[in-house]
Amino acid sequence: MDWVQGIVEYIPANAALLRELTGNHLVQSILPIVFGVLIAVPLAQIARLNRPAGAAMLTASSLLYTIPSLAMFVFLPLVLGTSILSMVNVVVALTIYAVALLMRSTVDALNSIDDGVRQAAVAMGYTPLRRFLTVDLPLSVPVLIAGVRVISVTNISMVSVGALIGVPSLGRLFTDGLTRNYPEQIAVGILVTLLLALVLDLLLVLLERVLTPWTRATPARTARAAALEARTVAA
Amino acid sequence: MTSPEQSSGPLPMIRFNGITKTYDGGRPAVDDLSMDIDRGRITVFVGPSGCGKTTSLRMINRMVEPTSGTILLDGQDVALQKAAELRRSMGYVMQSSGLMPHRSVIDNIATVPRLNGVPRAEARVRAKELLDVVGLASELGRRYPGQLSGGQQQRVGVARALAADPPVLLMDEPFSAVDPVVRAELQEELLRLQRDLAKTIVFVTHDIDEATILGDKVAVFAVGGRLAQFAAPEEILRAPVDDFVAGFVGRDRGFRHLSFQQGDHVTVHPIETIEVDQLADPTVSVRSAWTLLVDADGRPHGWVPQATRGSITTQADAVPGGSLYTRGDTLRRALDAALSSPSGLGVAVDDDGRAIGIVRAAEVFELIEGARLDRGRADHNTAV
Ligand SMILES: Nc1ncnc2c1ncn2[C@@H]1O[C@H](COP(=O)(O)OP(=O)(O)O)[C@@H](O)[C@H]1O
Ligand SMILES: [Mg+2]
Repeated sequence: MDWVQGIVEYIPANAALLRELTGNHLVQSILPIVFGVLIAVPLAQIARLNRPAGAAMLTASSLLYTIPSLAMFVFLPLVLGTSILSMVNVVVALTIYAVALLMRSTVDALNSIDDGVRQAAVAMGYTPLRRFLTVDLPLSVPVLIAGVRVISVTNISMVSVGALIGVPSLGRLFTDGLTRNYPEQIAVGILVTLLLALVLDLLLVLLERVLTPWTRATPARTARAAALEARTVAA
Repeated sequence: MTSPEQSSGPLPMIRFNGITKTYDGGRPAVDDLSMDIDRGRITVFVGPSGCGKTTSLRMINRMVEPTSGTILLDGQDVALQKAAELRRSMGYVMQSSGLMPHRSVIDNIATVPRLNGVPRAEARVRAKELLDVVGLASELGRRYPGQLSGGQQQRVGVARALAADPPVLLMDEPFSAVDPVVRAELQEELLRLQRDLAKTIVFVTHDIDEATILGDKVAVFAVGGRLAQFAAPEEILRAPVDDFVAGFVGRDRGFRHLSFQQGDHVTVHPIETIEVDQLADPTVSVRSAWTLLVDADGRPHGWVPQATRGSITTQADAVPGGSLYTRGDTLRRALDAALSSPSGLGVAVDDDGRAIGIVRAAEVFELIEGARLDRGRADHNTAV
């Protein structure tokens, strides 16, 4: 089992490089998620409120997604005036993809809310903005995060493509490993990428749990609720 | 038709003035509605599904904007008020309680005070008090709405509507989705609350029984959004203005109408009784065809027929009784007590539930007839 040993030896020997590339990789995959959500959520709400504009926006976002990532990485420096090696290109490109993907799932997320709850919020006297931020948005978190989890996995793998044009990320372990014919390095690259995707996904699941305590309270405590109810009736 | 009425009397809390609502070019959902809603009273909108009750209700708080006409709240045109603020000045309860699933019961109740800028802690203190007002245990305050039964959720919905102490409550079929027993309970409690609070309540239902139980006044809507009759429930039952109202009010309206006739004059006759612990003693005989079984406190527990006295030795052997008539209740209760009793004798009890005698169906009928004659004379006199 030579190659296992090769992998095990590779990691401590290249710890500094691995740390740096992992850091770069994380920045390029997480920032687009954050920006993507921040941009897609208001856009999705606009799309819901204005149906014709919404239909056009959804079509446009689907089209955007068909542009190959490599083309985007090469083309963006011309538009942004950034260096071809800049991580900004990858962050911007992946943000565009994230928005494109999240638009539809965010519209679905916001549509997933019980109409009765929405009507009640209107009847209580919420202003539209406050209702959006404190009722619609928190309630759409489960569907929203399902969409974000897809993006997070996609991003982790797409960031590597940037290495083809020289943007630093774990993808460099592949390009470099290929030119140097160094399979252990490629294997480590795959392992770390998988690990990142897994950890990020776990964090998102955790985030959902923290943001939606009410979804789990329901089944767990119904027995107690029933007991309390019996007491109220008896009293 | 309603305009002469509108110009008289004190300022109504809510006035519909020639309100028409047409959704997207269809037929009107509400057609030229003019009516005054009395301050501090319960006004019920009743009618079959799709006749514009919800639409009418929602035009009051501008969840729906009328196509034409004006609505005055306390003399002010609601169209000129900020929608969100207007809505906070009215409680709103809907059929599925519409509670926020992501907020605790307490925070749900505190919603409107929070929107009005009341600090969280203060709003929660008030919300806790309201739990008690609507008859919920304070432990339930920490639960999420999904952890409550349907009836409890409706109570929370009522508490939430009351939280900012608004003068007006709008209630859209709030009790339709709960089972009949809970519904009756909730109706009774709404009436109890209303005795203390004296809110102006607009209550929507499709159930004529609920309408007559709750309403100080009842507005019967006909298909097409036409107001068919607007009167006291007693009058709607006794004198429906047209075939539509008569048909909607239904076959039992004569019987329901008895709910509005006090039974103060029903004669209560003495009745032979036997105590539970005398049953096992065969030497205690009964003389009447039906003898009332009572416990040591005098509460009724069924009947002992003379014919089968010998075989009845415990309370469980007795013939179960019918409904009880509490002295002073309505004629409907008196008649029901007599008709539901296996002996044909309605058991009358005092306020503590002790048997005081029996009422007879025939005598209740005589009172009903008498009341009809009196009314006929009264109608005749006013007509002259
Ligand atoms: N938002 C809406 N858009 C179009 N039509 C509506 C809307 N709301 C209600 N309607 C129509 O208006 C009529 C009255 O509805 P509604 O006020 O809900 O009646 P009710 O509450 O008495 O059942 C119905 O024919 C209904 O289909
Ligand atoms: Mg309705």
